[in-house]
Amino acid sequence: MSRALVVVVASMLIAFGFARVDAQRGNPQPPRAPKAAAPIDLTGYWVSIVTQDWRWRMVTPRKGDYQGIPLTLAAAKVADTWDPAKDEAAGQQCKSYGAPALMSVPGRIHITWQDDNTLKVDADAGTQTRILRFGGAQTAANASTPRTWQGISEAQWLPARPNVPLQLRPMERTADTPPIRPTGGSLQVVTKNLRAGYLRKNGVPYSENAVMTEWWDLYKRPNGEEWLTITTQVEDPLYLRTARLVAPVFKKEADGSKWDPTPCSSTW
Amino acid sequence: MSKPSLLAVLVVAALWAVPAYAQVDLTGTWQRVGQNDNGASREPVDLLGMPFSPDGRAKALSYDIAALSATERQCQMYPPIYAIVGPFPLQFTMVPDPVTQKLLAWKIAGWGDRDETVIWMDGRPHPSKNAPHTHGGFTTGAWEGDTLTAVTTHAKLGDIKRHRGFSSDRATMTYRFNRHGDTLTVTGLLEDPVYLAEPYALTEVYRLTTNPNNFPLTACEPIEELPTLHEDPTLVPHYLPGKHPAMNEVTEHYNIPLEAVVGGPETMYPEYRKKLKDKYVMPPPCKDGCGRPPAPGQGRGQGQGLNQQGEPPAGGRGAGPAAGRGAPPPK
Repeated sequence: MSRALVVVVASMLIAFGFARVDAQRGNPQPPRAPKAAAPIDLTGYWVSIVTQDWRWRMVTPRKGDYQGIPLTLAAAKVADTWDPAKDEAAGQQCKSYGAPALMSVPGRIHITWQDDNTLKVDADAGTQTRILRFGGAQTAANASTPRTWQGISEAQWLPARPNVPLQLRPMERTADTPPIRPTGGSLQVVTKNLRAGYLRKNGVPYSENAVMTEWWDLYKRPNGEEWLTITTQVEDPLYLRTARLVAPVFKKEADGSKWDPTPCSSTW
Repeated sequence: MSKPSLLAVLVVAALWAVPAYAQVDLTGTWQRVGQNDNGASREPVDLLGMPFSPDGRAKALSYDIAALSATERQCQMYPPIYAIVGPFPLQFTMVPDPVTQKLLAWKIAGWGDRDETVIWMDGRPHPSKNAPHTHGGFTTGAWEGDTLTAVTTHAKLGDIKRHRGFSSDRATMTYRFNRHGDTLTVTGLLEDPVYLAEPYALTEVYRLTTNPNNFPLTACEPIEELPTLHEDPTLVPHYLPGKHPAMNEVTEHYNIPLEAVVGGPETMYPEYRKKLKDKYVMPPPCKDGCGRPPAPGQGRGQGQGLNQQGEPPAGGRGAGPAAGRGAPPPK
């Protein structure tokens, strides 16, 4: 190896190492926009895989069937009066397509970047759109901000943590070991400012004060498949005794050829 | 210091700044939230959304739960997917290497009817396909960011979703463990070239608890459950094709067409709803076992929070179907 080459290689390694040290020590780095900083790529078409709660999701369940939902007595009283025809007539047919229920409605979602700070999630079921804004979306909302089926969603990346205190498997620090950096991460979304709707198609309610927290976790398989699990927690002291916690699953599709927008329906 | 030595020091110094793997502590007892129907169906033939192959469907429909009363099957355990569909908590412990104290494996404690799961984290390979199979199988794991991915092979044949279909001894179970605060989400993908046409995806959510109500692995001792099986040890309870007596129960209870009740990969995709739209009529309101909340002073309500309190389902293994375990064998 020539002396010049040695010097170049050593310089690069030093620069690389010091840059990482700077970042870890909190020295100022120019902030990157959420789109550029995304630890996972959620964009694309995803189809919901309905292997759980099939008879409550694939068909409109019978009235009074509340299995699995920790609803309060107040919620049961509301749900007992469920009348889908009345909802339809009142233009309330999207009540079961609000954010706390939408990801469990069988269908496809299309995720794109609306801009550098905003993810857009279109759902063909009910032709709904969720807007996931990074950085202070809810701070900007005030009492006069209208409540909507999809509410206001504030997003935050949760990148994989390097060097957490629990050193369960320290990397081998030898010169011939390639650098190992934690990859991946999750998307956390908190949604408020909701218009009251249904957690389940048969009228199990959530109130406008419900707060939904989601964690979006991606799984890339060695065979190229991509799966998405959205852990969904809905808290609503009025209508839920404990948090509603489910985790619908999606599988990525190559394109939008099966995209099939359908309007909201109270009865189907 | 010589130049080569100096270079070596510089290289090591640079690499030292690289962070280690991300890792998350999973130690503790994770209480199943259980707000889905993973293991909660009441009808013996409920294969809704299960991506069975024709062989898998035939196997499921031939199964008579009374088979579990045969002496040689009484201590048969569930396959690995039972960690997700079963009613009990996940009790995680860390197994350190005795010399280095590095993480050697994670261990998920067994229950009375599920073998423990040891997730080897030291990079060891899976054994030969001809190696012995066990109820718990052989599992290896690796970190992908903050997510623990574990893969289980070498498990014995076993019934999944509590007596509604089987996975074969060629099945592979992949787990994804995602911890967010005190919430743990487990995503399971079961693949089986024998009984499944597509991967069977299930999830369950758990909460870290400081008040665990565990059900430790206990020894199983076969007893005489059905005298007829002991009088004729050659008898294996089963149903012949098309003869399952509970075949129509889901249709009778919920008006769901039989073609959906017997599962298949097409039933788990949204477009299957189009096939149902003209065939489905909403049944009369629910009257019994509807999950209503408890009235003040009247306990826990109907079938609510299936296992949120950490209690086993009524009757434990084999509970549920009216013609379940202990029913007379077929004539």
